[in-house]
Amino acid sequence: MSLVVRDLRVVFDTPKGPVWAVDGVDLEVAPGAVLGLVGESGSGKSVTLRAIARLLHANATVSGEVLWEDEDVLAMPPDRLRRLRGAEIGIVFQEPMAALNPVLTIGLQIDESLEAHTELDTKGRRARALELLDLVGIAAGGARLGQYPHEFSGGMRQRAMIAIALASSPKLLLADDPTTALDVTIQDQILRLLLRLKAELGMGLVLVTHDLGVVAQTCERVAVMYAGRVCEAGPVASVFASPRHAYTQALLRAMPGEGARAGAKLVPIPGQAPRLDRPAQGCAFQPRCTVSESACETRRPSMETDGDRRFACYAEARL
Amino acid sequence: MSIVLQANAVERRFPAPRGLADLLLRRPIRAVHALSGVSIAIEAGETLGVVGESGCGKSTLARCLVRLIAPDAGAVMFEGQDIATLRSSDRLRFNRAVQMVFQDPFASLNPRMTVGAALAEVLRVHNIVPDADIPARVLALLDQVQLPASAAGRYPHAFSGGQRQRIGIARALAMEPRVIIADEPVSALDVSVQAQIVNLFMELQERLGLAIVFITHDLRLVRHMAHRVAVMYLGRVVETGLTHDIFEAPRHPYTRALISAVPSLIPGQARADAVRGELPSPMAPPPGCPFHPRCPIVMPRCASDAPSLINGVSCWAAG
Ligand SMILES: Nc1ncnc2c1ncn2[C@@H]1O[C@H](COP(=O)(O)OP(=O)(O)OP(=O)(O)O)[C@@H](O)[C@H]1O
Ligand SMILES: Nc1ncnc2c1ncn2[C@@H]1O[C@H](COP(=O)(O)OP(=O)(O)OP(=O)(O)O)[C@@H](O)[C@H]1O
Ligand SMILES: [Mg+2]
Ligand SMILES: [Mg+2]
Repeated sequence: MSLVVRDLRVVFDTPKGPVWAVDGVDLEVAPGAVLGLVGESGSGKSVTLRAIARLLHANATVSGEVLWEDEDVLAMPPDRLRRLRGAEIGIVFQEPMAALNPVLTIGLQIDESLEAHTELDTKGRRARALELLDLVGIAAGGARLGQYPHEFSGGMRQRAMIAIALASSPKLLLADDPTTALDVTIQDQILRLLLRLKAELGMGLVLVTHDLGVVAQTCERVAVMYAGRVCEAGPVASVFASPRHAYTQALLRAMPGEGARAGAKLVPIPGQAPRLDRPAQGCAFQPRCTVSESACETRRPSMETDGDRRFACYAEARL
Repeated sequence: MSIVLQANAVERRFPAPRGLADLLLRRPIRAVHALSGVSIAIEAGETLGVVGESGCGKSTLARCLVRLIAPDAGAVMFEGQDIATLRSSDRLRFNRAVQMVFQDPFASLNPRMTVGAALAEVLRVHNIVPDADIPARVLALLDQVQLPASAAGRYPHAFSGGQRQRIGIARALAMEPRVIIADEPVSALDVSVQAQIVNLFMELQERLGLAIVFITHDLRLVRHMAHRVAVMYLGRVVETGLTHDIFEAPRHPYTRALISAVPSLIPGQARADAVRGELPSPMAPPPGCPFHPRCPIVMPRCASDAPSLINGVSCWAAG
């Protein structure tokens, strides 16, 4: 395994008390493996990725274990951490405008990454920057290098960020919703690019997305998050075909798809999102669950393993 | 049938940066042709889906529609009046009636204002409800977008990407608009929350005749909720029509490529190849039909004559 995350917890200290954003997450990514991370909006996907790269706000307390090639990331000194980020682990953030520097041209931002992580000279870096823009489908790269983030379209910013992350040829890419602003044809081009890097260079990939179609087409394994925990994990095909957590099942049913009649109301999961400032005693999904039993209210189901499937749901057999 | 908002042959260019080589070789100033003669119309109670390649001009069109930027040529009409000529009270009425949900929520929220204070300010400045009712209305707005009451006291940075996106929607809805221009409003939401927001839009539409311009890359969603669709490519509308017709019998080869590239939910199912060929640059749009360099059914005349939009499609092959 290149990345092992064990019992990761993140608590935000807020004026109104603690918020348990990530509450005991376990993940593993082997070299060249692709893990999909899906789940409810606000369930802790981005905070998990940021915790792995130690990029959280000062009001966050992180505990648990993050091992990168057997090295303890949570104990790394700052200079080792700087080399880790970028050179070994690339990160594509969810909101490009918040991650890109608004006063530097895109060209300079790619160049910074190339300068820090490669041996290329000025000319070589420019050629590589153009190549990277071409790889992510940005035409007329020469002129584009001189533009600022606000002069790019939403999807072009997202692709510029992917180019910056890939500039150092990382061994692992943490990609947070990297194709939301892309049309399906460019999305396809980007996903093929990532899969090629995985096949050719053995790059590992953690792909956060809300697009279950993207997960089906790109990932080998998927982990589903709800209220700061992984509620189910396993191979994509079997999880989608026969979910073993009630939340996964409800999520799959809320998809607008070939089934739902156009113009008809979609079927969201009923009820309120869970409160992270007041964790439930039992299963966090219980108040919204249609198949819950009495144990669900009082005792948190623990993670069970059955072959290559993992799930934490008492109702698993009845789904 | 009453058209509320309309774009008539809107053009918009942005100057492209000039490199040293451009200056030395005295190349002419280049421009990004973001919009080249775009016309759309939207009726009360209707949803127009706008789809197209990343960078094709969708957000620029949206910004023209809400008067954040002015077209270089052409006009945007609100209830039959050119919005560039609106004065005093008409202008205020327009500013309230036409609201935008921005593609990049992070950049559009004030980081120094709590979410509750920001919403309250909108309600107060535009006199939407009596001062005494503002706190209750703020909570109702948050509830509509599935955020808890406790969200009012937090700053934008303390939310997840999808939660911020919903704050942007709440702010637009606070104005009780007649038209919403929603630029990728649900791209960061899981399918269940997405379903709730889409249902909310459809409810407001039924109840209040809200007109919606829905810009998205999610073709499943467009198919589900749009009455009509406009497909854009490189600054132009290349096909437009009723949603059902566009999906059942797409006539433009770009529309066909787009529809066939939607990732399937069944893992491993082979994808149709994405559009091939060199990516076009809006700085040097190809002569003739903008899609011809990548078109699978290109004919000799496509390289020299630009087809115009006739009967909802702009393609020489669509006889
Ligand atoms: N700085 C912070 N202070 C307090 N709470 C925070 C902070 N940052 C995030 N949170 C909370 O932590 C939870 C997890 O956030 P995270 O961004 O990981 O969600 P996510 O799964 O990425 O959601 P999305 O799909 O909407 O992007 C959210 O409920 C959010 O409100
Ligand atoms: N302020 C600006 N200055 C210079 N160029 C701009 C500016 N705004 C947009 N552009 C250019 O206009 C073109 C269209 O951009 P726009 O944001 O409208 O695309 P879009 O269709 O919304 O794309 P996406 O789906 O990626 O969000 C792009 O080539 C972009 O670089
Ligand atoms: Mg997130
Ligand atoms: Mg856009």
